[in-house]
Amino acid sequence: MAMNVHAPSRRELLLASGALFAWAYLPKVARAEGRDPRFLTIVLRGALDGLAAVAPVGDPDWARLRGDKALLLDGANPALKLDGFFALNPAMPELHRLYRAGQATIVHAAATPYRERSHFDGQDMLESGLTKPGATDTGWLNRALAALEPGGRVEPNKRQAFAVGPVTPLIVRGAAPVMSWTPARLPPATDDTLMRLADLYRHTDPPLARVLEERMGLAAIAKAGGVAMAPEKGKPPPQGPGAQVRAYFAEAAGAAAKFMARPDGPRVGALAFDGWDTHQDEGAVGGRLALLLGALDGALAAIEKEMGPAWRETIVTVVTEFGRTARINGTEGTDHGTATVALLAGGALKGGRVVADWPGVKDASLYEGRDLKPTTDLRAVLKGVLKDHLRVPDAALATKVFPDSVAARPMAGLVA
Amino acid sequence: MARDPKAEAALAVHRFGFGPRLGSIAAIASDPRGALIAELDRPGAGRISDPDLLTSGEAARGAFNFRQERKARRLAERAQREAAKNAPPPTPERQAAMAAPPAEPRMEAKAGEVAPSKPNALPGFPQQVYLEEAKARIDAALGADPGFAERLVWFWSNHFCVSADKGPVRALAGAYEREAIRAHVLGRFADMLVAVESHPAMLIYLDNARSIGPDSIAGRNQHRGLNENLAREILELHTLGVRTVYSQADVTSFAKVITGWSIVPPRQDPERGGEFTFNPRMHEPGAQAVIGRTYPDGGIEQGRAVLADLARHPATARHVAGKLARAFVADAPPPALVDRLAKRFLDTDGNLKELARTLVSAPEAWAAPRSKLKAPATWFVAALRAIGITPPDIRPVIQAQNMLGEPLWRPPAPKGFSDDSAAWMDGISERVDVANQLAGRVAALVDPEAAIDTALGPLASAETRQTITRAASRPQALALLLMAPEFQRS
Repeated sequence: MAMNVHAPSRRELLLASGALFAWAYLPKVARAEGRDPRFLTIVLRGALDGLAAVAPVGDPDWARLRGDKALLLDGANPALKLDGFFALNPAMPELHRLYRAGQATIVHAAATPYRERSHFDGQDMLESGLTKPGATDTGWLNRALAALEPGGRVEPNKRQAFAVGPVTPLIVRGAAPVMSWTPARLPPATDDTLMRLADLYRHTDPPLARVLEERMGLAAIAKAGGVAMAPEKGKPPPQGPGAQVRAYFAEAAGAAAKFMARPDGPRVGALAFDGWDTHQDEGAVGGRLALLLGALDGALAAIEKEMGPAWRETIVTVVTEFGRTARINGTEGTDHGTATVALLAGGALKGGRVVADWPGVKDASLYEGRDLKPTTDLRAVLKGVLKDHLRVPDAALATKVFPDSVAARPMAGLVA
Repeated sequence: MARDPKAEAALAVHRFGFGPRLGSIAAIASDPRGALIAELDRPGAGRISDPDLLTSGEAARGAFNFRQERKARRLAERAQREAAKNAPPPTPERQAAMAAPPAEPRMEAKAGEVAPSKPNALPGFPQQVYLEEAKARIDAALGADPGFAERLVWFWSNHFCVSADKGPVRALAGAYEREAIRAHVLGRFADMLVAVESHPAMLIYLDNARSIGPDSIAGRNQHRGLNENLAREILELHTLGVRTVYSQADVTSFAKVITGWSIVPPRQDPERGGEFTFNPRMHEPGAQAVIGRTYPDGGIEQGRAVLADLARHPATARHVAGKLARAFVADAPPPALVDRLAKRFLDTDGNLKELARTLVSAPEAWAAPRSKLKAPATWFVAALRAIGITPPDIRPVIQAQNMLGEPLWRPPAPKGFSDDSAAWMDGISERVDVANQLAGRVAALVDPEAAIDTALGPLASAETRQTITRAASRPQALALLLMAPEFQRS
């Protein structure tokens, strides 16, 4: 079911702002090898439709499954060919370019061990790395950091840029010290000022009144203190070409990369972007999801650009709590599902391929008759990157970082 | 619409200028149109004379030297890393010893609340130049009265935009505006066009500096070739307009025509590095046909001849006339106004002063309702003018422009920022926050009721007056004034 409308918590607000949470130390072992790896995880909250992002255009059942919503190589807005079987959403030319340059890998039909369909529990397991929700208040990324030997502390003099965040997202919560940074924003106007202004606009300038009222509908967010507004869940993004969403994804991601590129900057961090819960009018081509994917694409390009030479040593993983239904629902959208894609980008990848044990999209192949069946454990992907890129020890990965994950062996060969 | 003279004066300053300063409305009430035209006749109108600002050549060479030094520093750092890598693997004791020294003083610095100055604490050379140029630009807009000439500068600068986000352009963007735009803003379109298309900032931004004729000497030696970017944007954006009279073949031919329009490499020539040059070795030899006319090869003259014809093409006149009317008068400008402007453009061979004069003399330009939303930076400058402050530090102004979605000299694409106010409607929400913060800082200096008279005068509606005078505080009153529809719209 759709997420309920609720007052957003402080934690969600920080995530909605694209805040960067980063480890306060440098990974020592990798540096001793002469490498200086960067690792950034982007969490897409709301569940990305993996089939709309990366479509199995070579699957004979594909076009029938999605009908006129199916991404195709020969559509009016053709998908971008990845290999003989998969194609990328045309809203993501930058990721396509990286893929062709061997700097992006797509893992398909992947999922965490979570098999229910609640956003909150799904996000909880995605971020905690555990096999059941609500079991801990530490995240896998933090436990991975704790398993790394710390080198020098980063950014000791940048107190203005980094403040210890009062509320950090689960993925980076834990014993390892973490810093947070949110994009500089001006303090918002008070509700009282907004009310007075809205009243004036209603009497004298209705078009301005409509814009302002849209904001006041999200007033709780504005109140929370200098935080930009995210696109509201379940509603199409603000009028216009989505330039604001695009700009703010790119700004947050680019700023994060700028920090991480600095010689004394953090090396491991996490960001999150909201708005992927596409129940209605999903718009995989030319619509709302295309806009979001385009914004994500721009964020990846911004990271590449701002990393500069450090891009060669960078891996970005883009993950989401679960996928969406294989079929389109009755409101031109998709509902909560199971398997989806994980997107990897970065100069340190051995990329240019789609990793998938493809389950097929015949009716009989779908998980519970409705979702893309998970055939790859997302933890194996993350463990593969943590092991080969950051040098997190095997034993820690199997027991501490992702407890009870011995069977999900670290995926080999992801890193160049 | 019949108006009283003060209302006409207030409209003049909001629509064609940068918004009123204290006394602006009264000063031109006797003849608002005449005041706008008189500003264009003032000596040096639209120019900035500041001997401290660098030429684009000086800025390019400075930026080159800056990059060289930074590169040398990076190479030294890498050499250090390589040396560390090749050293024998450290024992745990040595490892700890190596880690300790850099960590300790840093932690100490944090505890002691002392931020030692670091080499990268100051912005780099390109950013310093960018900030100085930004300050000169904003100061000019704040000081102009009524500001019609400066508005024209901003219009043409956006029409012929470059982006400071493209490599070395950051250090050049301000000089570009002064050298290519301001120098011709009240001159001839044809001259501005040549100045723009031969300016290093534009040649870098739209990739022509490296475009090589396939049959030129360089092309045959290097196996590199043509880049159509600048040629296409000249036709599509700068002159004729999209989907008009040109074809892909015209784009390709024109791109060949302007091969060789390039830049002196800074590393080859410390005296003239970064300046425009016509490099005959890169120039495609032979005649080229562009839009129905054949241009014999004459080196740089071939390109100048094409630009001269483009500048006087009727499609260019219509394109420019439509944009100008949209920027100043209405999102859907009255066709009669566009016709009038296009005709004047053709009749005067693209005299931009005559074009501006025609704009403010046209009855349609005054009769249109005040439905246009000011572009963000124009609004922000108007706010500073209404309050009567000149910010000592330019950076908050830059940040405000960034936040409002119109970052200075950083358009999202060669098309520039939109002249259509619908594009800016969503940003009203951000404007409230900017207005709120500005008002919070300066409200102690301002009497709200006096500010209404300064900023709006007779344009203020009864509702707006009442909303402002009943505000809960001075800062709130000022924020409401800056956000009032009469102040947002032009």
